Amino acid sequence: MDSFGLASKAYAVFAKDLRLEWRTRYALNTILMFGVTTLAVVSFSLGQAGLPVKLLAALYWIVVFFSAMAALAQVFTREEEAGTALALRLSADPNAVYLGKLFFNLVLLSTMAVIITPLYFIFTDAPADNVLLFIVVLALGIVALCAATTLVAAIISRAAMRGALFAVLSFPILLLPLILLVSASDSVLLGQGISEILAPLQALIAYIVVMLTASILLFRFVWKA
Amino acid sequence: MYTLKVENLSKRFGSRRVFSDLSLELATGQSISITGRNGSGKTTLLMLLLGLHHATQGRVNYLCNAVPLLENDIRANTALVSPYLNLYDQLTGEENLVFFATLSGINLSGKRIDELLATVGLEGRGVDPVGSYSSGMKQRLKYAVALLKEPAFLFLDEPTSNLDVDGKLLVRQLVESCRRNSIVIIATNEEEDYSLTDGLIRLGQ
Repeated sequence: MDSFGLASKAYAVFAKDLRLEWRTRYALNTILMFGVTTLAVVSFSLGQAGLPVKLLAALYWIVVFFSAMAALAQVFTREEEAGTALALRLSADPNAVYLGKLFFNLVLLSTMAVIITPLYFIFTDAPADNVLLFIVVLALGIVALCAATTLVAAIISRAAMRGALFAVLSFPILLLPLILLVSASDSVLLGQGISEILAPLQALIAYIVVMLTASILLFRFVWKA
Repeated sequence: MYTLKVENLSKRFGSRRVFSDLSLELATGQSISITGRNGSGKTTLLMLLLGLHHATQGRVNYLCNAVPLLENDIRANTALVSPYLNLYDQLTGEENLVFFATLSGINLSGKRIDELLATVGLEGRGVDPVGSYSSGMKQRLKYAVALLKEPAFLFLDEPTSNLDVDGKLLVRQLVESCRRNSIVIIATNEEEDYSLTDGLIRLGQ
């Protein structure tokens, strides 16, 4: 009877979340509102005055970080608030739930990045000579953020004061990748090549592998606790 | 032949004892009702049996031909209908059925979906969002989701809540038909529901 593997079940969770999001657009609206508002405010505040590249790189990742904090926890909090988590716990393999939710968060944050990144370059006049390399850093950054925060989202989903708790718990584990991402983005915006950002990129890949492995191993205990 | 074996199960919340040293053994074709005043631990006991709460003491074993079932097999053979279990309001009835069938490893055909919806009296309403259903219709859809995997272990918490007279009759017929091939455990305070099962456990005494 069981003709479905883990991939099919994870895809079912992902597709269900995507369908729910498409019908409500709650997380996407939250994430875009925060990103666009922050960029617009910074742009208007700066006027004609330019920011140093180091600050521009930090600004970009501040926008991405807080947008992620505003929306990524919703994959689990939505299940708890709607009372659907019990049905999911009883029916789904925890690994399928984790992978489905992870892919949904990846798509959500990638959609945000597709919209926010061009606006960032337009609003801040950041140098856009090395866009391809910037996209590589961005892609790794999105995976790192989602790998770390999806498990935290599951941990906080049944707590009171979820929003604040999500940011508080996520910040320490996101500090390292954020420093690496700001450093790599800074180098890219300054026009440096791949050889100059290889070290932070390698560290980011290692971080992603560690976080994904730890999350997959720990998720079933968090989910059933 | 499936067996549910409960050995010396106890549950405490802090210093408050909910129940202690509860033991029972049920095999396929057997059923039991759990009753007791509000707060006596009926739902807690169901959650313990389902592995969703931790017992203070004791064990719950799911067996098939005397061999313990693995976690995935337990999940594939267990279903719960409860007021605390909700389906997705933004999905249609059919989408909910297909989603939970996929999670259970079942390829659900259109014909089977229609059959399930007809069984619970929701024919023609499968394309509507669950959010537009009445509470009784939602309860009926929960039965359709529970029945789609033909569970060997069926847990019902307040099985007739939110249902009209026809709905209650329907549930009794469904339980009657499930009893032959399943172990059915019902948590209820409705005396009419006791007659659906072979035995009765009173909690809080």
